[in-house]
Amino acid sequence: MARTVLVTGVSRYLGREVAGALQADPSVERVVGVDFQVPERPLGRMEFVRTDPQGTGLGRVVADARPDTVVHLGLIAMPESAGGRGPMKENNVVAGMQLVAACQESASVRRLVVRSTSAVYGSAASAPSLYTEDMQPVEAPRTGYARDAVEVERYVRGLRRRRSDISVAVLRFVNFMGPGVDSPLTRYLRLPVVPRVLGHDPRIQFIHTDDGVEVIRRMAFSADSGVFNATARGMMLLSQCLRRAGRAELPVPEPGLRMLAGLARGSGLSDYSPEQLRLLCHGRGVDGTRLEETLAWKPRYSCVEAYDTFLAAHGMGSARQAELFDRLTRPLTAAPRVGGEQ
Amino acid sequence: MNPPDAGPTRGDGSASGGSGGDEGAKIIVLRPRSRRAEREAARLSGPQPPPPPRREAGAHRAESPPEPDEPARPRSADERLADFLGFVRRRLTGDYTVDDFGFDPELTERVLLPAARLAYERWFSIELRGLENIPMDGGALVVANHSGVLPFDAVMLQVAVHDYAERWLRLLVADIVYEMPVLSHLVRKGGHTLAAPADAARLLADGELVGVFPEGYKGIGKPFRDRYRLQRFGRGGFATAAIRAHAPIVPCAIVGAEEIYPKIGDLRPLARLLGVPYFPITPIFPLLGPLGAIPLPTRWIIEFGAPIDTADFDRASADDPVAVFNLTNEVRDTIQQQLSRLVVERGSVFRRDPG
Repeated sequence: MARTVLVTGVSRYLGREVAGALQADPSVERVVGVDFQVPERPLGRMEFVRTDPQGTGLGRVVADARPDTVVHLGLIAMPESAGGRGPMKENNVVAGMQLVAACQESASVRRLVVRSTSAVYGSAASAPSLYTEDMQPVEAPRTGYARDAVEVERYVRGLRRRRSDISVAVLRFVNFMGPGVDSPLTRYLRLPVVPRVLGHDPRIQFIHTDDGVEVIRRMAFSADSGVFNATARGMMLLSQCLRRAGRAELPVPEPGLRMLAGLARGSGLSDYSPEQLRLLCHGRGVDGTRLEETLAWKPRYSCVEAYDTFLAAHGMGSARQAELFDRLTRPLTAAPRVGGEQ
Repeated sequence: MNPPDAGPTRGDGSASGGSGGDEGAKIIVLRPRSRRAEREAARLSGPQPPPPPRREAGAHRAESPPEPDEPARPRSADERLADFLGFVRRRLTGDYTVDDFGFDPELTERVLLPAARLAYERWFSIELRGLENIPMDGGALVVANHSGVLPFDAVMLQVAVHDYAERWLRLLVADIVYEMPVLSHLVRKGGHTLAAPADAARLLADGELVGVFPEGYKGIGKPFRDRYRLQRFGRGGFATAAIRAHAPIVPCAIVGAEEIYPKIGDLRPLARLLGVPYFPITPIFPLLGPLGAIPLPTRWIIEFGAPIDTADFDRASADDPVAVFNLTNEVRDTIQQQLSRLVVERGSVFRRDPG
């Protein structure tokens, strides 16, 4: 079946990769890319349409291109990639709403895949260890990126009610991890000294971008409806992440960190939303079983493996610490047998 | 108040008040050191093996000579040092794994449990009974009474189950703990998780041994005059979880934790101010300041009763309040009977040499 696929958010990493993967598929006749920014790199045989951040033109794009599959990857996590929180919210919520409305009006669309985020589960001390898709968050996120995603998911639910003939998959991704990832979390992990909340050690999950792209590609060709958590196997702790990265950490009591984050935001250095601070306290875990079973597929990278590819790409790692440790302890183990482990 | 000498063996337990009777409760006297050495040896052969299968569970081992059948690996100082350095190195470089709940077996085995074991072996005098009632594998729910103002009973129960039943005990913990700095992640790293139906179901489905104290605050924070009187068992969430998972329930009675902090008063306003469920007054706390926070070195008996099977329940009856209520009551009555019997059998709260 010759397909026409419309992909939003193609000017950023994930959209570009997914568009590339779709183009490489022989069953796809045409890929139409949409973004409010012009892509930095050429996009191969993909057609590109630029919209404004509010997505006002999306209805016409969908009507003109007559896609049978729409892959919505327009969700932006960082205000600076949209030019501030205001435009970010417009892009995420208003453009998201426009796209969903366009799909509802369209006679051609049969399949919609929406990139969402596990941040919709919020982060709370009394949250279950692993969220499945049917669980309600203990504390629903109220601000920022996570709230945007909640709104988009709400529009998508409305669409599913009104257009039962369109199969819709909502993918709640955990933090993307990989060589090319630029997210609030990777920026945080790359700080020279990483402040973390004193007395808390949150659980964090990752998914490698290659696996993420593969999930979206497979979902675009599938007809399975529903909400799916997308995560790699395994679980990491923040302390473990920092040690593997060989990063110096600075434990700060929670109120102090909030102030520090405020300062950082004020100076334009970085952005920490309240959600991210909650995450740094309580962490979050999601259960990815449903996705794996639906696609009959397993992510290639585990959480730790995905994280290590990120470290390797940025020349981070604990090799220096390990070497120093070995050198310092060599006198102790200088007996015939050398080495930490048997 | 010297800590009574617990001694290398727990021989005192074997003499106490006979065999405890009807349900074949047995007195277990083990030497934890050798068990641990064996386990550590096993661990070195792989990154994180599950606890090795228990051998001759519940057997009398009081009379057995030292190192009868164990590999007896007297490891040299060099090996121990290398082992220790390897551990530190793995911690420094983040080279370890945690499970979905944040459980860090290596940290627990090397740091958390040894700390708790000090209290278990050197401070309290703890006798274990009915270890054979803990299933060797598969999901099961240990339901115990809760007491003692601070959850020493939970910690001691974990040490007991780990050292003598060779299983990890995954406790279901009140959410207030996860709000507290430091405790929040140490409790997770120790293998415990939130007392929520989803977590209980997941652990049981994974075949874990789950521990729960259905009384909650009402049990651990009850006044001294109510000691060994079981409080309400919540709404029976544990029974629902057990029925859903068809997991056997092991009733567990813990005697001795009630007296570690005899709570004779409660400063409610201060508790409210601090955001804690209660602020206890004991005969020595806050009178003696921090010294008063030292638990009294009491005699304990931890007895695991015969498992209550839930496989006959229709899984749909997990939502049936009558079925849940009946099962909850059955478990509660069992534990209350155990408690009443054990309190008598224990005799003195502190005395080491009964009879």
